[in-house]
Amino acid sequence: MKIRVKLNGQAREDDVEPRLLLVQYLREVAGLTGTHIGCETSICGACTVLLNGEAVKSCTLFAVQADGAEILTIEGLAQDGELHPLQQGFWEEHGLQCGFCTPGMILAAHQLLRRNPHPSREEIRKGLEGNLCRCTGYQHIVKAVEWAAQKIG
Amino acid sequence: MPTLLGERIKRKEDPRLIQGRGHYVDDFKLDGMVHMAFARSVHAHARVKRVNTEAARALPGVIAVYTGADLKGKVGLVPCAAGMEGLKVPEHPCLAIDTVNYVGEPVAAVVAHDRSVARDAVDLIEIDYDPLPAVVDPEKALAPDAPRVHEKLADNVAFVAKLEGGDWKAVEADSSLKVIKQRMINQRLAPVSMETRGVIASYSPGEDTLTVWSSTQIPHILKTQLALMSGVDEARTRVIAPEVGGGFGSKLNVYGEEGVACYVSKQLGKPVKWIEGRRENLLGTIHGRDQINDLEVYATPEGKVVGLKCWIIADLGAYHQLLTPAIPTLTALMIVGSYNIRNVFVETKGVFTNKMATDAYRGAGRPEATYIIERAMDLVAHELKLDPAAVREVNFPSPKEFPLSLPTGVTYDSANYQKTLKKALKLSGYAKLRKEQERLRKKGKYIGIGLSTYVEICAMGPSSRMPAGGWEFGAVHVDPTGKVTVLSGTSPHGQGEETSFAQIVADGLGVPFDDVTVFHGDTFQVPIGIGTFGSRTTAVGGTAIYEAVLRLKKKMSRIAAHKLGIKPGELEFKDGKIQTADGQKSLSFVEVAGEAIFAKQLPPGIEPGLSEQCVFEPSNYTFPFGAHVAVVEVDAETGEVRLRNYYAVDDCGRILNPMLVDGQIHGGLAQGIGQAMWEEHVYDENGQLVTGTLMDYAVPKSFQFPWFDTEATETRSPVNPLGVKGVGEAGTIGSTPAVVNAVVDALAPFGVKHVDMPLKPEKIWRLMKDGVKA
Repeated sequence: MKIRVKLNGQAREDDVEPRLLLVQYLREVAGLTGTHIGCETSICGACTVLLNGEAVKSCTLFAVQADGAEILTIEGLAQDGELHPLQQGFWEEHGLQCGFCTPGMILAAHQLLRRNPHPSREEIRKGLEGNLCRCTGYQHIVKAVEWAAQKIG
Repeated sequence: MPTLLGERIKRKEDPRLIQGRGHYVDDFKLDGMVHMAFARSVHAHARVKRVNTEAARALPGVIAVYTGADLKGKVGLVPCAAGMEGLKVPEHPCLAIDTVNYVGEPVAAVVAHDRSVARDAVDLIEIDYDPLPAVVDPEKALAPDAPRVHEKLADNVAFVAKLEGGDWKAVEADSSLKVIKQRMINQRLAPVSMETRGVIASYSPGEDTLTVWSSTQIPHILKTQLALMSGVDEARTRVIAPEVGGGFGSKLNVYGEEGVACYVSKQLGKPVKWIEGRRENLLGTIHGRDQINDLEVYATPEGKVVGLKCWIIADLGAYHQLLTPAIPTLTALMIVGSYNIRNVFVETKGVFTNKMATDAYRGAGRPEATYIIERAMDLVAHELKLDPAAVREVNFPSPKEFPLSLPTGVTYDSANYQKTLKKALKLSGYAKLRKEQERLRKKGKYIGIGLSTYVEICAMGPSSRMPAGGWEFGAVHVDPTGKVTVLSGTSPHGQGEETSFAQIVADGLGVPFDDVTVFHGDTFQVPIGIGTFGSRTTAVGGTAIYEAVLRLKKKMSRIAAHKLGIKPGELEFKDGKIQTADGQKSLSFVEVAGEAIFAKQLPPGIEPGLSEQCVFEPSNYTFPFGAHVAVVEVDAETGEVRLRNYYAVDDCGRILNPMLVDGQIHGGLAQGIGQAMWEEHVYDENGQLVTGTLMDYAVPKSFQFPWFDTEATETRSPVNPLGVKGVGEAGTIGSTPAVVNAVVDALAPFGVKHVDMPLKPEKIWRLMKDGVKA
């Protein structure tokens, strides 16, 4: 089946199998391997991307469901070589260790800050409950999101 | 002189990772690469009568299907490195041959052009089983008439290890001692690194070389083992650990799937990729913990613990993985904790069951020891109606007693347990908390305060005590441009040593931090190494680099002194220069690099080039320690436990980068608290895994934790010149008993003196409702 998407600002058209998952499309067809697969069952959130601005778990959507959509992955977040405040915040506050959950975590936080630009620590924790991290114990992730919230203003 | 050691410096690793530009195994695509998937046993124990692969082979896109019979004698067995007296080692083929011994055991491998087709083909493989009785409960497995996991073995006991020290006759004759007995269960856990396992094996028939990308913590050990398993000359085998998405011990191993991948690539002459699914990960990647501990504590009326006896039943699972039987023996080694207990008896029985193997999971045997001894201290306090903090203080050795040799056979390097406890009590407002507790109890509200004053054994370790060498390799090269390359035989996978190692080197050479690049994880680039586990990377690997820097400085000083016409001893390395103390005479770092490498007028006896290395052999382990305080609220209506506060004062020796230390502590706390509160890997009575997805296995989430209040003390280790100890596992080791002690403390008015983990609401609610049966 043919799908048309705008991926990280670039229009593209691909012929995909109906059963191809969105995450496989991103990783294997578009070659964007920054989106990771952690559980295949929508629990861990490593595969989180923004679909028309909404955070979705790309392991449980078919690529064909994204037809006509705008998709933002971690690779599209920095603009003109400048890190997004969330990326900078994760760097400044040691919000990552192995980095595997990080792209999904950052994109989930992106949605969180759009909905609530000045979240409390509790709200950050609640807002990121769909994303698992096994390395950090989450505290530095909370600080990273606070850093970004302050930066964005 | 300002130093980079101890500075909070942002990580060199992060720019690639926060932009999705790092490369984990699954991110590599090789020309002609094919994909592999495994058919796995659905039975805990069964004879394999027939494996019909016809339909799978017939599926378009399938290249080959292999069974255990196909691989028999052609691929080596899955190795176990732990050598112990009398250890029974069952044959562990990469693919099951006649029998399957746990749910998830690989039985057949499918290779296809496409990953999805390989998985489709797995479903077409028909395996006829003849089910056998499953051995699930390790205690029942000890019965003389219990069914056996391995028919060829006489019983289900893999080993019995005894550790005994002190004068037990005297202890047992002393009728003034109080004897406290308790059984504790340390439940099975799943490590759950966010990246599952994965491997690409690529054999080139022309060159006869095997290149393997594996999500591993031990590329060099894996290289040796895969060369042995595949029959490729080790010199022509290369293992690359690319970006690794967490390990926690689960990737300190050699797995059957890796052996199969190498064999298949050799057969087909093509690169073969296998990426583990999460269900496979929960079934077939090693599990952690799983011990039954029967404890006897001998204490004086003042709370001084004179002796400790423990009988350990360790559930090993069906086969030995790399270190399976060694892990529970670490429990015995650390059972006295931070207390000067002079009489010890531990008997450890390793038992086979029809489950996945247990092996190293963050802490690996030491969390169990810490749990036993820290619960024991609270049991003594409870029995003698003493404050748990006071009981600990009575039993601490004084800081002057270090190095302290214990009847467990280990010598603790350095410590000040009084200091960390004092700091933790102050940080938590302990005295106030006790008053609050009393006040709330009168209102029918129950808070609990739990202590843990742990010590752990890490920086693994002296080679004499390790199964495959405990040294580490470090090398430092200076290029003609003055840039510095560092090679380490360790294999960090999130801990941040690309940063802390660069701090050591930039600090030593007086060059900009940005001019130093650290490489690890490729056996063709780093000639030898052991890896990252047992909180050893900085203490052993970092020291190797530190020593290589000293050697390099010595050489550069001689070259610079020769050029300047002075004595080498007068020179210091500072701000990119090599200069006299008064700064009057100097050469730039780049100039000296040029002198050394272009070798126009070197002093006599000096070899050209600037490349030094060190293989550091530690003289002892190191023993980090700390004091943790957990504060919980238990809901009397629902039995739900809320962790209200967590205070941690940790001493990991000298701190090189406080930000990284905090990160390690936090992550460790999350896993240790996870065990206490939520995590449990459950098999049913038939040996079926109940918690086989992340919907069932409770990996903790962000909102479940309070803010961690952390502080540090720094007691340097005399074992290495940096004075560092290690911090990778401390949080996990220290935190579990603090939380359980807090909950038991909260339930004291109900007569509760022990609760087994995880602290589920139902369990707590029943205890509060029914009380404890006498």
